[in-house]
Amino acid sequence: MQRAGAYSKAMTPQPPRTLYQKIWDAHVVERRDDDTCLIYIDRHLVHEVTSPQAFEALRLAGRRVRRPDLTLAVPDHNLPTTARRDAHGQRIAIADAQSAQQLAALEANAPAFGIRYIGDADREQGIVHVVGPEQGFSLPGATIVCGDSHTACHGGLGALAFGIGTSEVEHVLATQTLLLKQSKSMEVRIVGDLPPGVSAKDLVLHITGVLGAAGGSGYVIEYTGAAIRALSVEARLTVSNMAIEHGARAGLIAPDDTTFAYVKGRPYAPTGAAWDQALAWWRSLATDPGATYDKVVVIDVADIAPSVTWGTSPEDVVPITGVVPAPASFADASKRDAAAKSLAYMGLEPGQRLDAVPIQNVFIGSCTNSRIEDLRAAAAVLRGRHKAPGVKWAIVVPGSGLVKAQAEAEGLDDVFVAAGFEWREPGCSACLGMNPDKVPPGERCASTSNRNFVGRQGPGARTHLVSPAMAAAAAVAGHLTDVRTLV
Amino acid sequence: MQPVTTIEGRAYPFGQKNVDTDVIIASHWLKTITREGLGRGAFETLRADPDNLFDSAEFAGSPILLAGDNFGCGSSREHAAWALLDLGIRAVIAPSFSDIFSGNAFKNGILTVVLPQAAIDRLIEVAKTQPIHIDLDSQTVTTPFQDRYAFDIDPFRKQCLLGGLDEVGLTLARSDAISGFEARNSVERPFLAQGVPVSA
Repeated sequence: MQRAGAYSKAMTPQPPRTLYQKIWDAHVVERRDDDTCLIYIDRHLVHEVTSPQAFEALRLAGRRVRRPDLTLAVPDHNLPTTARRDAHGQRIAIADAQSAQQLAALEANAPAFGIRYIGDADREQGIVHVVGPEQGFSLPGATIVCGDSHTACHGGLGALAFGIGTSEVEHVLATQTLLLKQSKSMEVRIVGDLPPGVSAKDLVLHITGVLGAAGGSGYVIEYTGAAIRALSVEARLTVSNMAIEHGARAGLIAPDDTTFAYVKGRPYAPTGAAWDQALAWWRSLATDPGATYDKVVVIDVADIAPSVTWGTSPEDVVPITGVVPAPASFADASKRDAAAKSLAYMGLEPGQRLDAVPIQNVFIGSCTNSRIEDLRAAAAVLRGRHKAPGVKWAIVVPGSGLVKAQAEAEGLDDVFVAAGFEWREPGCSACLGMNPDKVPPGERCASTSNRNFVGRQGPGARTHLVSPAMAAAAAVAGHLTDVRTLV
Repeated sequence: MQPVTTIEGRAYPFGQKNVDTDVIIASHWLKTITREGLGRGAFETLRADPDNLFDSAEFAGSPILLAGDNFGCGSSREHAAWALLDLGIRAVIAPSFSDIFSGNAFKNGILTVVLPQAAIDRLIEVAKTQPIHIDLDSQTVTTPFQDRYAFDIDPFRKQCLLGGLDEVGLTLARSDAISGFEARNSVERPFLAQGVPVSA
């Protein structure tokens, strides 16, 4: 058995290991006879939706939080994205009493258990998966959990990051560990360079289409290849964010100089000697030559077009140059049935061109696509243009207060407002229909979020998942369209 | 957690594939700060249809759900498990489950049984008229027609389910080992061991 924490090259030769294996080995507190491991958790992000029952359970059992200093609490899911303070600095009451109660619970639980809390009107507030990397709280090689499936996002930094349920939130709060069995490993090797005008979001939607919604189930994925190495850290976060949409609990990208340059100097990032020590370890994490994965999937992206979803599963992906598939075209009987139901819900016909589907709503935001590079990509398309008359509602929701401030410093907010978009406060917004930002029943939304499930953006809402540039292009055209014709 | 030994009764012959957690419990139900009462919101979009399975006189209250591949995909919301439990469901049988959902189900004493699609197809036929029996100790699913399907389960999970054990309590008993890890970690990887300033 690998001794937890051993990584020095000076030690006895070890068999080649994957990035996932190295992070796993470094976090084993105890290995049980049945191969279940007690795994140490380095960073725990807490938000208001999946934590109240966990805190209540601790309270009832008289238990404390073992490591409040490895825990960070940020509200995001319920928060309205409209102004939070009035002209006198007074909190503006939240109309939804249940949302207000859930937010109040986190605001009270965090200090009661000694946890650092970034509040609704703090500049650093935002979506947990934007805040973690931005603050340097999320680090390469760390184990990171949160009661949210898009925790996979932090894997873009080379962290082993995954979503957990509320009972596990309670377990981590009380013990700073989780009892886990190691997943199988899968390499998703991207070959070819991404064509111009095709983004990380198009890439990860394409991967999801190829693997299927359950393709990564039971696996931890490592995304490899020159096209992955060429991505910025923010783009990598977009890719790993959607690992869960192809069924993988976690998606990793090996940390490299791009990663280290991103992390350095962030508020909670290590400094001085600790930084040098961190860097030495991080550089040792990449998968060794000769290490094997349980499964390898090779995907050639040299010829892919911007991606768009047509159905109600994130696997329902076609290129924007394509058409809505016929249910009969699927080999699997239950998929044929699901596709027929999806088309009925989406109000689409087989053979219909995607680039002619009219759009009434546009949402630019979510933990997948609300970072500064996403906003720059959308603004580049919108500069000097205006949303089409048929687009009734278009909003941009920055991923954090710091992203918002940066965008404003660059004048991007002016570009969005001039194009007919609303410029909002940070939060999860219209990604999930828990706050006032919802898509009306029967209407379509070109959305930069991560899920097109039935009712996800509001009851009856019809979601088309796209990249930020494609969402901006849809706003301008009034229908889904290939952004490459606009730039 | 209540101990689980056998589960017997009618089973919803549901069978859908890729049932996501938004379908099991829509996001507007997640604003609760308790675990109770979510059964009312379970499968809300499906139950908008007056002829739905979950409110049918024959199947309402069934303890077993028969589903398709990738059941519980999507979000990590444990509310999905709480909603099923509140609806009276104690076991879900499917060809595959999302990893997060099956962990959440287990922690709430809901048994997730993985069987091949052919077995699910047969059980769906049987379930239309007959009850189904699940025995955790012998790891079998049986029907009144002498169908018998063996299933695998993680030994630790089985032990916890049979004993109704508190996993947090079990791990807290290992706190010396955790402290030992933390001591090593603060030397070997101080950059991870060091946290953020905590609130007063």
